[in-house]
Amino acid sequence: MTDKKKNNKVIPDPAAAIEEIVSRYPKKVAKKRQKAMVMNDPEQKPEIQANVRTVPGIITQRGCTYAGCKGVILGPTRDVINITHGPIGCGFYSWLTRRNQTKPEKPTDENFMPYCFSTDMQDENIVFGGEIKLKQAIREAYEIFKPHAISIFSTCPVGLIGDDVHSVAREMKKELGITIFGFSCEGYRGVSQSAGHHIANNGIFNHVIGTDEPRRIGKFQINLMGEYNIGGDAFELERLFEEAGITLISTFSGNSTIRSYAHAQSADLNLVMCHRSINYIAEMMEVKYGIPWIKINFIGAESTAKSLRKVAEFFDDAELTKKVESIIKREMGKVKKVSKEIRPNLEGKLAMLFVGGSRAHHYQDLFRELGITSISAGYEFAHRDDYEGREVIPNIKVDADTRNIEDLEVVKDESQYREDLVKKKKLLEEKGYNFKEYRGMMSEMEKNSLVVDDISHWESEKLIEYFKPDVFCAGIKEKYVVQKMGVPLKQLHSYDYGGPYAGFEGAINFYREMERMLATKIWKMVDPPWKAEPEIVGSMNINV
Amino acid sequence: MRKIAIYGKGGIGKSTTTQNTIAGLVEAGKNVMLVGCDPKADSTRLLLGGLAQQTVLDTLREEGEDIDIDDIVKPGYGGVRCVESGGPEPGVGCAGRGIITSINLLEQLGGWDDKYAIDYTFYDVLGDVVCGGFAMPIREGKAQEIYIVVSGEMMAMYAANNICKGIRKFAEAGGVRLGGLICNSRKVDNEASMIEELAKSLGTKMIHFVPRDNVVQRAEINRKTVIEFEPDNIQADEYRALAKAIDENKDFVVPTPLSMEELEKLLIDFGIAN
Repeated sequence: MTDKKKNNKVIPDPAAAIEEIVSRYPKKVAKKRQKAMVMNDPEQKPEIQANVRTVPGIITQRGCTYAGCKGVILGPTRDVINITHGPIGCGFYSWLTRRNQTKPEKPTDENFMPYCFSTDMQDENIVFGGEIKLKQAIREAYEIFKPHAISIFSTCPVGLIGDDVHSVAREMKKELGITIFGFSCEGYRGVSQSAGHHIANNGIFNHVIGTDEPRRIGKFQINLMGEYNIGGDAFELERLFEEAGITLISTFSGNSTIRSYAHAQSADLNLVMCHRSINYIAEMMEVKYGIPWIKINFIGAESTAKSLRKVAEFFDDAELTKKVESIIKREMGKVKKVSKEIRPNLEGKLAMLFVGGSRAHHYQDLFRELGITSISAGYEFAHRDDYEGREVIPNIKVDADTRNIEDLEVVKDESQYREDLVKKKKLLEEKGYNFKEYRGMMSEMEKNSLVVDDISHWESEKLIEYFKPDVFCAGIKEKYVVQKMGVPLKQLHSYDYGGPYAGFEGAINFYREMERMLATKIWKMVDPPWKAEPEIVGSMNINV
Repeated sequence: MRKIAIYGKGGIGKSTTTQNTIAGLVEAGKNVMLVGCDPKADSTRLLLGGLAQQTVLDTLREEGEDIDIDDIVKPGYGGVRCVESGGPEPGVGCAGRGIITSINLLEQLGGWDDKYAIDYTFYDVLGDVVCGGFAMPIREGKAQEIYIVVSGEMMAMYAANNICKGIRKFAEAGGVRLGGLICNSRKVDNEASMIEELAKSLGTKMIHFVPRDNVVQRAEINRKTVIEFEPDNIQADEYRALAKAIDENKDFVVPTPLSMEELEKLLIDFGIAN
């Protein structure tokens, strides 16, 4: 394998590793999985298979549609009561597991995130239908908490028995006079959680955005999209925006409120962080309100600086630009001081990242700043454009699973449409400013690095043996399996117990975390019990 | 104890045939239990003399888990132990899951305890086997024999053939077998010989041909089986004969369902497709 000390830039051809991995699969599975494993070429960006159903039996990292809708998108919103309509497990295990934080502006402001609401469906509700119990749950939640918004999330059995959550939502909205909307986000509906993101985007766009009057609070108004305030990421970004004099209308959805979504059309620019989970709202807002969007990334100090500059460039205001530059200068000074101290201990190490639909890309920036090479990476639930860039969107095959999720027909809102922004966009584009541009993970990875979509348990094990990485980034399902192989794992869904990792302060936190995890020999000093006795032999009989 | 499930196309006369046959078995001194597996809960009407019975699922809903077996099992004609599984109103919830729940509950409550000395349990199941719930009575440990009620009408034969596909699936995993076809006549031409031929193709036999007779409808209006309503009617003897045939039946097979082409050919050969 790579001689890490001498030259980590020459990455060996991973073809042999792929060969070995797929040789264990049945022929049809091998053929399918091969299309999801490609050697990168940042110039050519080879086609990768993504967003297709996982072969049953494969241990996948993926989550379900419900998890994407409830857990990811709506979960971090504090002023809405999110009711899971289903048996108790779905609600319980999607309750704050991503460590989304929130901070009500006043102590008296509503915050329902510490609560978990579920209809706790029983056998009886399956047999006789669960609509009555759902209505009871809504009334009860309203009685106790008097929220201004309630949303309902459908779990698998709800779809099977045909409970109509939307009609219940309409009925209860009329009865209680508050905002109530439902999601048909049954777990099995899509290929992965990605379908749930789309369903959530549609629901928020349909039921919330634009329901309140637009407002002018500051000179430079933005929405931050695809930021989920894990470990306090949003707080760090809010600090930067505030200091720069940029008004954050709403974040979708870290440290956010339904109230702020309602007038999100007040923004002059939408910043898209996680392209996969939220691009739908950004796109629809541009059609309806004429608000342009740009792809930014606040993971990594350099990327944060670049993104802040891009925002300043959009507003093209001397004072703002000056302020942004002074913030960058001051913050980069702090960042550089720490990276200078830590980088020598970590330089040349190798990382593997298999997580999310944008995280596996964004965190490579932080690793790059530490001199760590991301030798292999992939997403759990991304689509081809997140790998190869948005330019491939017209060529993405529209399959039955894609059609399964409604594409909203959005029309221009004549009264609120921002012709001024459309004009501004055109002018900036002429100067070479790029809107809605995302070039994908592949464009920023080394040649020959291995890109794998929807990596399986077996594949990650074999690739760890092959690449011998110093750190593996994934989630809780992978954490201990990987660590048992002697490789530290950093969770990038929940940040383990750490964070924030966004922005400048976040970069410093991440550097220190990597130093703590990687500049140690502990992983090589511990002998696990299976080292001496590597295999447990068992047998099983099937009585036919 | 013999455990029997009755299947067949909707409206073919499963419930009527089942209850009349049970009346025949009761007359012959058998101790019978009837479990109606239809959300409409009309499988025990003729034996109970009306629809008054509280269903398992209604009881479960109203009284919770704390249910006594006598709340849901009602004695009918000749001491037949009658149960209606019940289910949700049309278009709501999951009737299939309801059947699973109620049969499980009956077992938990000791519905088949030795003290009842049951000779026969009949499961009367709604129409086609549309989902897993309606296959519950033929899963492992439940019914072992199946009789399919059929007539010479194309769709009834088609349904019978489909049910055989379901039986074959469960026969492989468990012990369920097909006991035969019961022809409930619709006065179709060549009906008896055609059903005999269908039975032969499926690897089974026509266990009885029940002729069409209006006395069955008259008895039904009076909420009675023919045997109770007019014990001396010749139609009562038909049901007695069917009961006897089932009681003496020893031929239990894994059916061999036909392809659509074979089924159509059968109809053409017997002249009704012309």
